[in-house]
Formats: sequence, C-alpha cells, structure tokens
Amino acid sequence: MSENRTVWEVFIQSKNGLAHKHVGNVHAEDKIMALENARELYTRRNEGSCIWVVKSKDIISSESEDGEAFFDPSNDKMYRHPTFYTMPEGSKYI
Amino acid sequence: MTEEKFQKRIDREEKIEPKDWMPEGYRKHLIRQISQHAHSEIIGMQPEGNWISRAPSLRAKMILLAKVQDEAGHGLYLYSACETLGVSRQELVSQLHSGKAKYSSIFNYPTLSWADMGAIGWLVDGAAIVNQVSLQRTSFGPYSRGMVKICKEESFHQRQGYEIMAQMAQGTSEQKAMAQDALNRFWWPSIMMFGPNDSDSPRTGNAMKWKIKRKTNDELRQEFIDKTVNQAEIIGLTIPDKDLKWNDERQHYDFGEMDWDEFWSVVNGNGPCNKQRLNHHKKAHDDGQWVREAAKSYSQKKELIAN
Repeated sequence: MSENRTVWEVFIQSKNGLAHKHVGNVHAEDKIMALENARELYTRRNEGSCIWVVKSKDIISSESEDGEAFFDPSNDKMYRHPTFYTMPEGSKYI
Repeated sequence: MTEEKFQKRIDREEKIEPKDWMPEGYRKHLIRQISQHAHSEIIGMQPEGNWISRAPSLRAKMILLAKVQDEAGHGLYLYSACETLGVSRQELVSQLHSGKAKYSSIFNYPTLSWADMGAIGWLVDGAAIVNQVSLQRTSFGPYSRGMVKICKEESFHQRQGYEIMAQMAQGTSEQKAMAQDALNRFWWPSIMMFGPNDSDSPRTGNAMKWKIKRKTNDELRQEFIDKTVNQAEIIGLTIPDKDLKWNDERQHYDFGEMDWDEFWSVVNGNGPCNKQRLNHHKKAHDDGQWVREAAKSYSQKKELIAN
C-alpha cells in the first residue's frame, strides 16, 4: 500500500473580515482530517478565525518562468491608473 | 535558464520558488539541509519527552508538553518545505531510518536530570535560534517562510529553559550543582551544533554563494557565544571553558578548542544515545502503521459510499 497521503494546502483567515492567506500544507486522507491537522499545525497560538484546505493537485498555477510574458499585457495600459489623467489646476477632492 | 542567470537572481536577493529552474547542486544541498533540520526537530522531541511524566510541577509539565508539540510542528513545516523540492515524506523518513540522512548530534546526548530541560532550552534552542534567525533570509522561498514561522514560536523555548536554569541556580546547593552540571555537559555539544570550523566545511562555499546559508558556521558560533556568556554570569553559573575571555581588539569572546574527534564520533553513530533515538523513531513509525492504514481505508470507503 502506498504511504503517500494527499497533500492539502492550508489557508488561514487571521481575523474576521480579512482575506485568507496561504500558510503551508498538511498531509491527510480526507477533508476532515485535513482540517483538523491544519488546526493542530497552524493555529496553536490563536492565528486564525477560519481555515480553508484544498487539495494541492487542484491548484492551477501560472508558470513562474514565463511570468513576464504572462503578465506583460497589463504594462501597456497606463490609463488604468489614476495618475495617467491630467486634472484641471485647482481641482480638489478627486 | 542557465546557471549564470540563476546566480544573478540570487545576487539580486530574489527568492527561488519550487517551480523555478535551479541547479541540481542547489536542489540537493537544500534537500540535505532542510531534511536534516526537519529530522532534528522530530528526534529532538525525545530527550525532552523523557521528562514530561516527571516534570516537577503542573506548570512545568504544561510548558514542556507545549514545547514538544511545537517541535513536532516545526518538523512538519520543514518536511513540507523539503517536499516542494520533489522528494516525498516517505523517502525522507526512510533516509532517516537508513542513516543516509542525519540529524543534529546534540540529541544523541542523554537528559539525566531536570536541569537538562533548562540547559536544552537555554543552550540548544538558543543555538538553534541564532542559526534560524539567519536562515530567515535563505534564498529558497519555502524554507525562508518556514524559518520565519519557526522563529516566531521558538523564543519561548529558550526563555523557558533559561528560567529553569535561573531558578535552579538560585535554589539549594544541590539544585545549583545540578544546573552547573547540566551546563558542563551541554556547553561543548551546543557550540558544536554550528558544525565544523569553516576551514573544514567543504560545502560552505556553495551554500554561501547560493545564499542558502547567510552566515558561516564560525560566524554563527561566535554570535551565540557572545550572547550567552553574560546570561551565564547573571545567574551565577560558570561556562566550562578556561580559555573563554573577552578580546577587546576583536570585540568578541575568545574560546577554547572544541573536541572534533568526539563530534565526528557522535555524528558517525557512536554517541551515547544514537541507537536509542533511531530505534524509538522506527518503533513509533511502525506502531503507527495500522493508524495510517485505517485512515486510508476509511477515506476510501467513504468515497465509495459518496459515489
């Protein structure tokens, strides 16, 4: 029997209202065990108000090596940034 | 990507992530270093676990339990980081069992009295912290993030150890003698935790070039000694090194020769507890086999029912 268990990535919301943040992973056979292992491993000091676990193999990641080409299209659209625009002299609160 | 491009990324202080191109030597060095670090955390639970049932108070017992549990956690953070390099947990454990992977030699010394819990927290965790603080800046992303988490949790370990030493040093003459004895036994193995002198450490060059290590063994050792001398003085204990002396010119403490024959003999399996530590780990692993199998069967059965 293979001993390699499923790897689950763990995301923790440190406080109500904040986004969940990746903290690491755990090994577990099923989702309940994954959640319990994540609690034992990553929240021994009140680090969280909510935990997400998701199978590592279900995460799709962009390739870091072609990162430049992948993100390039956003570079030539400076008009998406507020500093692109010229405001009339003396205008306030905008 | 070529090795040259990789080195440029390192020189720019970029972090390397698991999917990035890296030289085979870099990957190998990391697997060896991180797995050794992980195994040390896990084996390191044993000398202290030995005293949980005999802790002198409920407070001491709760603290020791929490500390040992933290060490299990730290081992797991490190195994996770190591696995991102393409090696499985099972493979890592079997390398430990076969002796191919090492762990810190300090854990091959026995813990003979309660004062040893003090000495381990103060000196062994203290030395580990000096090393780990510098490793927070290591070039491999998952290792660096693991170190940040570990450092946050570890400082309680050192403080609880120093508190035990301070209390015993101010106790009865027998208690003070126990504290001094623990310091005598753990001092030299603790400063040897940083590894051989730089001149005898063939892998240091690459590790520094790739910024896996940020400081050399000797630099870290000096840092630890400089920090610790005063702490011993404050609680009235004597570091067992007659050559230990402040050097005004260097602005560091000078210290005596370490016994490298003993160091290598313990690394190579001949320390007082090498066999016991490994056998205990193997037995715990084997005894847990049915639990792993049961968990697997249970999840498979549930999946069948769900489908």
